[in-house]
Amino acid sequence: MTIGEQAGSPGIATRRSLGQRFRDALAPILASKVALVGLGLVSFWILMAIFAPLMTPYGPLEQDPEAMNLGPSAEHPLGTDRLGRDLWARLIYGARTILVLAPLSVLCALAVGTTLGLIGGYFGGWIDEIVMRILDAIMAFPVILLYLIIIVALGPSAVNVVIAITIAGAPGIARLVRSLTLDIRTREYIAAAELRGENPFYIMFVEILPNARGPIIVDAMLRIGYAVFAIGTLGFLGLGLPPPAPDWGSMVAQGRHYIWINPWAVLWPSLAISSLVIGLNLFADGLREETMRYQ
Amino acid sequence: MTNIKTPVLRVENLAISYKMRKGEVSAVRDVSFEIYRGEALGLVGESGCGKSTVAFGLVNFLDRNGRILNGSILFQGRELRGRSEEELRRLRGNQISMVYQDPLAALNPCLRIGEQLSEVLIVHRGLSKEEAYEKCIEMLKGVYMPDPEAMMLRYPHQLSGGQQQRVVIAIALLNNPALLIMDEPTTALDVTVEAGVLDLIAELRREFDTTILYISHNLGVIAYVSDKVSVMYTGEIVEQASVEDIFLKPMHPYTQALMRCVPKLGENKESSYLPPIPGRVPSPMNLPPGCIFAPRCQHVREFCRQKHPELREVVPGHFICCHFAEEIAEAEWQPPEGLIPELTTRGRRENAGEPILQAEHVKTYYKQRGKSLISLLGLGKKQYVKAVDDVSFELPKGCTLGIVGESGCGKSTLGKTIVGLESPISGKLEFLGFDILAPVVKRDKRLIKELQMVFQNPDSTLNPSFSVGYQIGRPLRRFREVSRNQERKEVIRLLNAVRLDASYYNRLPRQLSGGEKQRVALARAIAAHPKLVICDEPTSSLDVSVQAAILNLLLDLQKEYDIAMIFISHDLSVIRFFSDQVAVMYLGKVCEIGPAEAIYSPPYHPYTEALLSAVPIPDPSAEQKRIRLGGMVPSALNPPSGCYFHTRCPRKLGDICEKQDPPRQIAGKEHYIYCHTPLEELRKMEAVVTLAKDTKGNS
Repeated sequence: MTIGEQAGSPGIATRRSLGQRFRDALAPILASKVALVGLGLVSFWILMAIFAPLMTPYGPLEQDPEAMNLGPSAEHPLGTDRLGRDLWARLIYGARTILVLAPLSVLCALAVGTTLGLIGGYFGGWIDEIVMRILDAIMAFPVILLYLIIIVALGPSAVNVVIAITIAGAPGIARLVRSLTLDIRTREYIAAAELRGENPFYIMFVEILPNARGPIIVDAMLRIGYAVFAIGTLGFLGLGLPPPAPDWGSMVAQGRHYIWINPWAVLWPSLAISSLVIGLNLFADGLREETMRYQ
Repeated sequence: MTNIKTPVLRVENLAISYKMRKGEVSAVRDVSFEIYRGEALGLVGESGCGKSTVAFGLVNFLDRNGRILNGSILFQGRELRGRSEEELRRLRGNQISMVYQDPLAALNPCLRIGEQLSEVLIVHRGLSKEEAYEKCIEMLKGVYMPDPEAMMLRYPHQLSGGQQQRVVIAIALLNNPALLIMDEPTTALDVTVEAGVLDLIAELRREFDTTILYISHNLGVIAYVSDKVSVMYTGEIVEQASVEDIFLKPMHPYTQALMRCVPKLGENKESSYLPPIPGRVPSPMNLPPGCIFAPRCQHVREFCRQKHPELREVVPGHFICCHFAEEIAEAEWQPPEGLIPELTTRGRRENAGEPILQAEHVKTYYKQRGKSLISLLGLGKKQYVKAVDDVSFELPKGCTLGIVGESGCGKSTLGKTIVGLESPISGKLEFLGFDILAPVVKRDKRLIKELQMVFQNPDSTLNPSFSVGYQIGRPLRRFREVSRNQERKEVIRLLNAVRLDASYYNRLPRQLSGGEKQRVALARAIAAHPKLVICDEPTSSLDVSVQAAILNLLLDLQKEYDIAMIFISHDLSVIRFFSDQVAVMYLGKVCEIGPAEAIYSPPYHPYTEALLSAVPIPDPSAEQKRIRLGGMVPSALNPPSGCYFHTRCPRKLGDICEKQDPPRQIAGKEHYIYCHTPLEELRKMEAVVTLAKDTKGNS
């Protein structure tokens, strides 16, 4: 029999070029002005961090006893701190650490949280109960307290900052992933996979996870913003990277002592932190709105 | 209907469009119709043809991105377009009422039924509370609600679906509106409930002389309720005539094709063939330049592709949008080449074959947690939902067993129990001689391979993240059906088997239509050459023309691969068309099982009889006995004693039905009826459905 509805539309090309796919992925970002502003702010810092040596003649640790606590000038565009270090240089070198640490810690939290959420949501029953109650217990602590406990116990270092953020962030991600999993596991393609006798981990990571990626990506974007904030806070409290590393949080903390003589040393790193956080939040918000609109 | 009177509603050249990301999409073009007092106009068409958009457009209730481009809407002679929001709102409450598909979404879950009813009168008519109460009780009686006083105090969730829809209709009728717009009001209801609501609508028309615009995709329902019918296709009306003319003498090729692809109650798979409509509904973004139906029309000529036809009156009262309507109407429809031999070889299977699947006293219960504090702690008495309760049957090799019943009768649970997605608590279930009581995770891989399933919802049956090719290839890899380098070839062969071409290999599910998704799901199910495929309502969310194609495909695949099938559906006509044997289920129990033709002719189980009499038939000349079931389906948590059906049975004998389980009576070869009524009594029943063409009374 040749009759049927197989005629289909011939217009759709079978395999689209890479450029076209890239443009499709970008479409929701370009459609939202909010996301575009956010992306602008974030990419500014990324570019500065990558090309830091080209952007300033000074090193981040270079001290100049002749020029301490100066305001902005032609030589030092943002001024200098109490040890005569160029603030602009410290900011953009500081961006390097924060832009590596924040995504890295979120990635770790994502790996842990996603796995736990998938396991809890897919298996259900007592496995779910145990996993979720433990995570609830972690969530019961105020986040900042959790950071303090972990860093004080492990000692301040870049790795420990990542560990702290992972432990504090994983429960939230696990909850999100679990709720998405609970929804997706009722879909018929999951039943079809079970009827092929698939391994539960194949079902969790191959059948379920890719379909939960939208909300997870948006959530991760927001979390990178929080992580930037958290790293700033830890630095401010002296629990971040040990000095003399150019850490935005510790720059604020050090500048604070001279705030009446030289407010610039506090202003610039504060602005840097907030602009990066706002940029990430705007980007995540715009992305979420755009992806939700046509559903 | 004299034309001197002004029509209640007159729509002229209505055009509506939606703003999408890709630009303006025209959803409705050039739609005109009029409805006179006391008339019911049926608006019928497949999904996405703009029926609901017309309804919403009439009362300017479109989504924010929709707008009326053109045309006029005259309600009782006055123009509705361009009225203020406030005026329209008053009109909507007083003069025009609407009833939608989902009654639960139309009722406020926080308010009692009484409050929701009387609000209409208090707000729109300024009646006092007491007066309103009186009127509401009267209206509830009018829509045949049992015990209206008690109903007034209930909340929507305490009512059954049919009762909820009655309340919505009561609210709509309270102000005695001049026009009632009903958008698929019975689509979400079971057939027996649907029949009750349709009776009510017919009754109300006689009593209140209400003018109705009735929208539905179901040809049978439209045939039952309307006087005049407009057939819509991609946003245009293609044919408009009286209900008899539309169903008995359709003239537009689309209407004709649509009629042919609906399985009729009297048809089975040897005697008829459902010719699907080739191609698919064109996207409104990309309409063909000439006649919109030309790409799918059997009678298409060169002229059709160039010039768009106008809706014209071919015979008095019969409007058709086709250049060659006169010639086409006369031409007898010829089945396509190669079909006749197809039909003869397709024949019914003799039941002599070895049984492939045997079920004996299978019970699947769900544990239900009580609501009290004690049971929360796990100490209370355990309660069970008896989803499948003591079901026995045998399925011979290569045969099809149809399972039919209303929602909640356990037919899907039975299917899931067989494939191993649910575990039965007791009974015997053997497949090819192997015990398959264990859930799928504990079954042997070779056994898993032999049992596959096709699901209901085309939108969730395929994983949206993977290409069609990957998903069909996965079972091949799992069960090592073919070597790695042969895989792509095999997938393409399977795609061809479900009538899709190789270009679908790299497509993602979102690029496919509902019918195409279901085809891919079928290809995936048969990839590993299973011996038994369970189809759980595979066509119930598809349009009739697509359903016809899928049903034909299933039959062909069954023949080619010699697959036994269990076909689960709520649609009695589809079951009849598709199955060799049929089991009718009610509340988890089988009440009648036997060869298909025996089920559809007397003797019947009283429940089967009621089901058959409730099926809407797309033929206004067919005669159908009217048996309406009262009451609600009892909860499966606490089923009635004795015969489960006794609470609603119109043929209840007395005490014996309440106290004793019904005995199995042998009504014919492999035909069993579980009922206390003696067989002689059951044999005296008349056929429920008599089609006019066929006087033998074959139903």
